Amino acid sequence: MLKIKNLHATVGGTEILKGLSLDVPAGEVHAIMGPNGAGKSTLSYVLTGRGGYEVTQGSATLDGEDLLALEPNERAAKGVFLSFQYPLEIPGVPALTFVRTALNAQRKARGEPEVTAPEFLKLAREKAAGLKMDFDMLKRPLNVGFSGGEKKRMEILQMAMLAPRFAILDETDSGLDIDALRIVSDGVNAMRSPDRAMLVITHYQRLLDYIRPDRVHVLVGGRIVASGGPDLAHELEREGYDKYARAA
Amino acid sequence: MSLATVILTGDVAELPSKRDEDWRWTDLRGLIRAVPPASLVYEGPIGPGPFEGAETLAVVNGHGPTRLHVRAGEQRVVAVRFVSHATETAHLARFALEVDAGASVTLLESYEGQGSGYIAHADLDIRLGEGARLERVVLADDEADAVSVSSAEVALSAGSVFGQTALTSGAKRQRIETRVTHPGHGATVRMDGAYLLADKRHSDITTVVVHDGVDGTTEQLTKGVVRDQARGIFQGRIVVSEGADRTDARMGHHALILSERAEVDAKPELLIYADDVQCAHGNTIGALDEAAIFYARQRGIPDAQARAMLTEAFIGEVIDRIGHEGARDAARAWAAKRLGGY
Repeated sequence: MLKIKNLHATVGGTEILKGLSLDVPAGEVHAIMGPNGAGKSTLSYVLTGRGGYEVTQGSATLDGEDLLALEPNERAAKGVFLSFQYPLEIPGVPALTFVRTALNAQRKARGEPEVTAPEFLKLAREKAAGLKMDFDMLKRPLNVGFSGGEKKRMEILQMAMLAPRFAILDETDSGLDIDALRIVSDGVNAMRSPDRAMLVITHYQRLLDYIRPDRVHVLVGGRIVASGGPDLAHELEREGYDKYARAA
Repeated sequence: MSLATVILTGDVAELPSKRDEDWRWTDLRGLIRAVPPASLVYEGPIGPGPFEGAETLAVVNGHGPTRLHVRAGEQRVVAVRFVSHATETAHLARFALEVDAGASVTLLESYEGQGSGYIAHADLDIRLGEGARLERVVLADDEADAVSVSSAEVALSAGSVFGQTALTSGAKRQRIETRVTHPGHGATVRMDGAYLLADKRHSDITTVVVHDGVDGTTEQLTKGVVRDQARGIFQGRIVVSEGADRTDARMGHHALILSERAEVDAKPELLIYADDVQCAHGNTIGALDEAAIFYARQRGIPDAQARAMLTEAFIGEVIDRIGHEGARDAARAWAAKRLGGY
């Protein structure tokens, strides 16, 4: 589904991604682990098209389509979703309004009809209940005054409602206590499907006890330096990134 | 020295200029070389105004009703339309609103340009009796090449409740000025505004609230959005006179500048001559949060729509404070229409 080949990207003139290649097939969940500064968040921003991140070489495609040529909102309409490490606060826009606007913009871009208000509310209630969220919270301005954990839960709620084909979860575990981690992980696991792929970016192996990845990749110095099965996460937890950092 | 006097006398030397501290950003003397002829009486159709379903008084080219008296015990919603159906002419409207003790009024005041190049001044005298309530919602849509000034003197009494929201899209030069005499003693003032300016439009929202008695409150929130080469001005002054203890006054002004050549000038002033008061003011001028824009785009919302949504939300805080539901809806629709092009 997602194919990245020899991707090089710079931020403010500094090269952060230095020939990253990665292949995430449909139906699979892959984890990317790596030390601070390895380029994990840069990868998520390059794939979603944030300004200031310049691709200098290489390619990234989703089902064969060149992602890098598309605007951020066009990528979203193609099914790319990023759960932000630090979700933004949107003052004055209730969460429900925001998600409905997003969902309808995506549907419009795909040539689908808009969701009606009753359909949308039904969907929102159902998904909020699944994530054990107070529905009234969705009437408040998005993320304004929310705790770190509430923001992360709101990210997963948006993911559940937008139903992307390819989701990137950037440090979704940070800011979550153990109960919230379980609820969020359950929410993510419920979305696993043969026609959806996910990329889980994390510092720690803890999240991967709940969201079991099919593959684990080690990102160091802007490249994938090792790949393996779920056990690789445990090995990294025990031994750290030192030996990979030296190799890079 | 006022535009009103000059419209009557034709003596442009009397126009306020940038040498006058209170008018330094809205120079009329430098702009108006000669006073154009007086606007003619117009009695033809003027179309619907921005506020629907209310008792309506229309003042066209300065001609029409000159006063409204709301008697004790009455509760009224009245639309007053100041229409400039004029081209290259000048007119002055004077209007008095008297609200007796205990009466309640919603004043839906509109400035409507239906011509070009006119010079207009509306001069309002507003008096509230004890415990009287007035919510004044002003919607100003003047022509891009017009000069338009609205000035209101508002005198409150003990226990009266005055709320104001002035919304404007500017003009070639435009000023909406409100001067409130605040007697305290339980009287409260809400003094809000929003300016949404594009092209080369100019708008000046000037307010003065003078607290003369104990136990008065004023809360003020003005927001602005400027783009292209537009220029927004906010001058807010709150004076707490000697002895006006336990005054609680808060003023906020926040503006978004959406293009390089747009400009905002702000002068928030608190002049405090009493000891036991709570006063605060905040002033911010900046751009839209690009990180928030990216966040919205990542969710699938196109750039222009994301900007319009965030800008509307920014202005929405002012609109949400309008008490009258119909006026709030009209204001929201007006702002959405104005901001849709971002």
